Amino acid sequence: MDIIATALPALGEAWALILQPVVLGYLVLGVVMGLCIGVFPGLGGIAGLSLLLPFMFGMDPILGLALMVGMVAVVPTSDTFASVLMGIPGSSASQATVLDGFPMAKKGQAARALSAAFASSLFGGLVGASFLTVFILIARPIVLEFRTPELLMITVFGLSMVGILAGRVAIKGIVAAGLGMLVGTIGEGASSGDLRMSSYDFPYLTDGLKLVIVGLGIFAIPEIISLLRQDRAIAKEQALGGGWLDGVKDWFANIWLSVRCSIIGVIVGVIPGLGGSVVDWIAYGHAVQTTKDKENFGKGEVRGIIGPESSNNAKEGGGLVPTLLFGIPGSGSMAIFIGAIALLGSGQIEVGPAMLKNNLDITYSIVWLLALANVVGTIICIAASGGIAKLTTIRFALLAPFLFMIISFAAFQSGQNLMDLVALFAIGFLGIMMRRFDWSRPAFLIGFVLSNPAETYANQALQIAQSRFRKGFGEGLDYIFSPIVIVLLIITVVSVVVGLRQAKNIMAEGDVKSGSKRAPFVFLLIVTGYIAYAFYDAASIPSFSRDRTFPMFVAGVCLVGCAILVIRMMLKPETDTIFADREVDGEDAEATHNLWSTLGWFAALLILTSLLGFILALGLFLFTFLKVRAGLGTAFAAAYTAVGIAFMCGMAALLNRDFPPGLLQEYADLPWPLT
Amino acid sequence: MSFFNTTGRAVCGLVAAAAAAFSFQAQAGGHGIDLTGKTVEWIIPFSETGGSAKWANFYAPLLSEALPGQPTVVVKFMPGAGSTKGANWFQEQAYEDGTTIFGSSGSTQFPFLLGDPRVKYNYADWNVVLASGTGGVAYLPPDMAAKMDGMDATGLQGEDFIYGNQGATRLDLVPTLAWEMLGLNVESVMGIKGRGDGRLMFERGEANIDYQTSSSYLKGVTPLVEAGTAVPMMSWGALDAGGNIVRDPTFPDMPTFKEVCEATPACETSGEKWDAWKAFFIAGFPAQKMVFLPNGASNDAIVTYTKAFEDVKARADFAEISAGRLGKYPQMTGDAAKQALQSGTEVAPSAKDFVVGWLEERYGVTLK
Repeated sequence: MDIIATALPALGEAWALILQPVVLGYLVLGVVMGLCIGVFPGLGGIAGLSLLLPFMFGMDPILGLALMVGMVAVVPTSDTFASVLMGIPGSSASQATVLDGFPMAKKGQAARALSAAFASSLFGGLVGASFLTVFILIARPIVLEFRTPELLMITVFGLSMVGILAGRVAIKGIVAAGLGMLVGTIGEGASSGDLRMSSYDFPYLTDGLKLVIVGLGIFAIPEIISLLRQDRAIAKEQALGGGWLDGVKDWFANIWLSVRCSIIGVIVGVIPGLGGSVVDWIAYGHAVQTTKDKENFGKGEVRGIIGPESSNNAKEGGGLVPTLLFGIPGSGSMAIFIGAIALLGSGQIEVGPAMLKNNLDITYSIVWLLALANVVGTIICIAASGGIAKLTTIRFALLAPFLFMIISFAAFQSGQNLMDLVALFAIGFLGIMMRRFDWSRPAFLIGFVLSNPAETYANQALQIAQSRFRKGFGEGLDYIFSPIVIVLLIITVVSVVVGLRQAKNIMAEGDVKSGSKRAPFVFLLIVTGYIAYAFYDAASIPSFSRDRTFPMFVAGVCLVGCAILVIRMMLKPETDTIFADREVDGEDAEATHNLWSTLGWFAALLILTSLLGFILALGLFLFTFLKVRAGLGTAFAAAYTAVGIAFMCGMAALLNRDFPPGLLQEYADLPWPLT
Repeated sequence: MSFFNTTGRAVCGLVAAAAAAFSFQAQAGGHGIDLTGKTVEWIIPFSETGGSAKWANFYAPLLSEALPGQPTVVVKFMPGAGSTKGANWFQEQAYEDGTTIFGSSGSTQFPFLLGDPRVKYNYADWNVVLASGTGGVAYLPPDMAAKMDGMDATGLQGEDFIYGNQGATRLDLVPTLAWEMLGLNVESVMGIKGRGDGRLMFERGEANIDYQTSSSYLKGVTPLVEAGTAVPMMSWGALDAGGNIVRDPTFPDMPTFKEVCEATPACETSGEKWDAWKAFFIAGFPAQKMVFLPNGASNDAIVTYTKAFEDVKARADFAEISAGRLGKYPQMTGDAAKQALQSGTEVAPSAKDFVVGWLEERYGVTLK
């Protein structure tokens, strides 16, 4: 009763603070800015918030909060545009949306997919806020129950989603996930800084590969290249079926799925340390498991959109708990958010354990500003979705050069290094091959995302458990097998068993015909070679270092999987599903252009950039591509090029970003943006 | 809005006074530089989430007001290789027009001091215009703190401690070496992403010893102390003008590590171990964060930036707005900053050799 007696007045005060016209004005301003930045993949809330920071100093706290919350809240909403329309995962929050959203766009149902996604986002945001209003009061002791073994179990649960997304040949999916994990271990180990698959002579890899690059490379590039080869619009049918109202109806028909996924989103978001990287996969897995007819997943099943989209906005609300109650940011944008709060109103608000005691009204204001921003953002997005969906009817050759431009820029922002583009190209090539031979790309990405948490938590839990066992056997067991761990363990086992049994029916990336033996076999051998080398590389780390254990374990498991695959390939006839190859039959095989020449265009952009710097290279690339490949007239090509470059420069100037320099810039001192 | 009017007036007055005081010096050094219409890029070699980001974001708007011509000051993050990447980049920058400045931290100093092969930068080439100090506090759970006899830590020697460590060669080597000197058996759990994660580990009861820098201690641990779930053990202390370790002005009631060490029979405040600890403490805390102009900066530019930071410090509200964000520590400019740079980036070879050897023996870390 005590809690309610303090909470209700604070909630009232919060609403009184929020419902002032000027506050709402700032909120809308923040939302509009957030939407503009969110449609741009790879930038996300960090870029936007950094932009706002200089204005925060001495600003009225509630106005500053409205502006910032408005911006942060809608990024996971607006990045849906890129994932559904272009197959580009805009941020880690929208990876799973790509799986079914993009196929729907290809079927000409982009507007329906978008509005279903937005309705789910909105609902998720509201459920999240309502849940938090109560939960935040009792969250602190509950969050502290999640120790390292519990965090490890959640990570393992996230990994178990690989079971559902493994594809028709389960072992292939497991090896793909393992490969993702190995790619995730590249660089300095977290434990004692030993290098895996990298060297200080070549410093780029020592920091590891960034999620933006891997996400774009694995999902976006293969799709862009494939569409470009077929030389058509994204939507197959010219008439766009399924208006925005259908999407909202779809959402309403699946409202309970939306409720459950929202709750999953808040709860996982609340736990500090995991952030949002697993939420959408767990929600996707849940959507698959609770659907009777699993035929359509990966081919444009609307439930595959509703699940992850309900969870990712709810997660933003959940992420406020570690941020506000512990002062530990759940994500990069939340870290800046904490810094900005300290700037507001000359620092009366102190994020941390004292927040609930001293600033409960502000806490509630933040929670409900977030919900309100979701409402405003969603309404704007739904209103815009019909128009923006028309992008999918444009001939893809006109769209593709601009997509290359945007993903190159996004990739470059992650490390501000020309090597970012090389890495994007390399991962993109891997993605193309995995798509061709029907290796599960979602499994690879889940492995990559969860590689670091899995390794760190496993090492830490082991070390702490050893210390507990030294104190007493009972104490050690209590630590490892807490009730939460046991519950998570049961859920995981059930989900793996059920998932593997169903995986054969779920073709997350559509049906793929089998063909000759040689090409799939060569790809398998190359993958096996990499894994074997990764094993050797990890084994050469001195044995007292913990940094060798995890990559060796993963590589070892993968090698067993590879061996089974090799044997199976030798025994089975070439019609077996294991020899799936998209170049044999279907869209890719009938494509107008061949793979290498299409990939060559992207490689040309890369090489030109390394010589001339990004903007000059981009000018040349856009113009030549539009003229030669898309067959536009000189005047049109020049005009489109100018628009593209102006857009790029405007965006970079606004966000104060640089472009990759090339060899030319070493010798000549050029003015921005050519530097 | 009255708040802004009064401070505005106060700042104007101070600027005028400072300008008068500096007119002589400015003449001696030339005319200072005018940054009207320009954008100053402040490079921070860490991500947006760390302590250096908070520090730079605090100063950036104030610096923008104080520089002649009120340029826009933007903080640019260039993370990588534990700040070595950004520092190496800055080393290659030649001075142009004073629109590039660099913020370094203890994590930039330590690899430099330890002779990390990745370090391609040299502090001697750069021009320091501001040095910010900080302090640190170690704390324990109540049941462990009860085993201490006053300041004597002997009662803790039989216990198994777990500490969330960010990395053997990071600032964390100051606390871990201190605890080892006290004879404590502390096991480092590696892979912590920031000190906030370490505190969370302590709050969850997995770690049972921890330390935080002063501002994080004030925000994150003081509420725990009030709730009775944490007890401060000692501060690292602060330096007086003579270079002696004295009580930290932010925590005057807390004993320093030096006092605890003196009260504990197993610990000695002399000898190579102590000298090494003190040298790395000085590099890591009282001279933790510094602002530099690049190699070859003109005297005009150095004078202009020094004066700008002095004006920031002279703001009437500076004590109030900085206390919560930076703690009560010296913000040094001019000769004081140069002094801090020297003590923070030069350690005796014996201290370096000791720490390099200790890291290898204790953690198997070799810096090659």
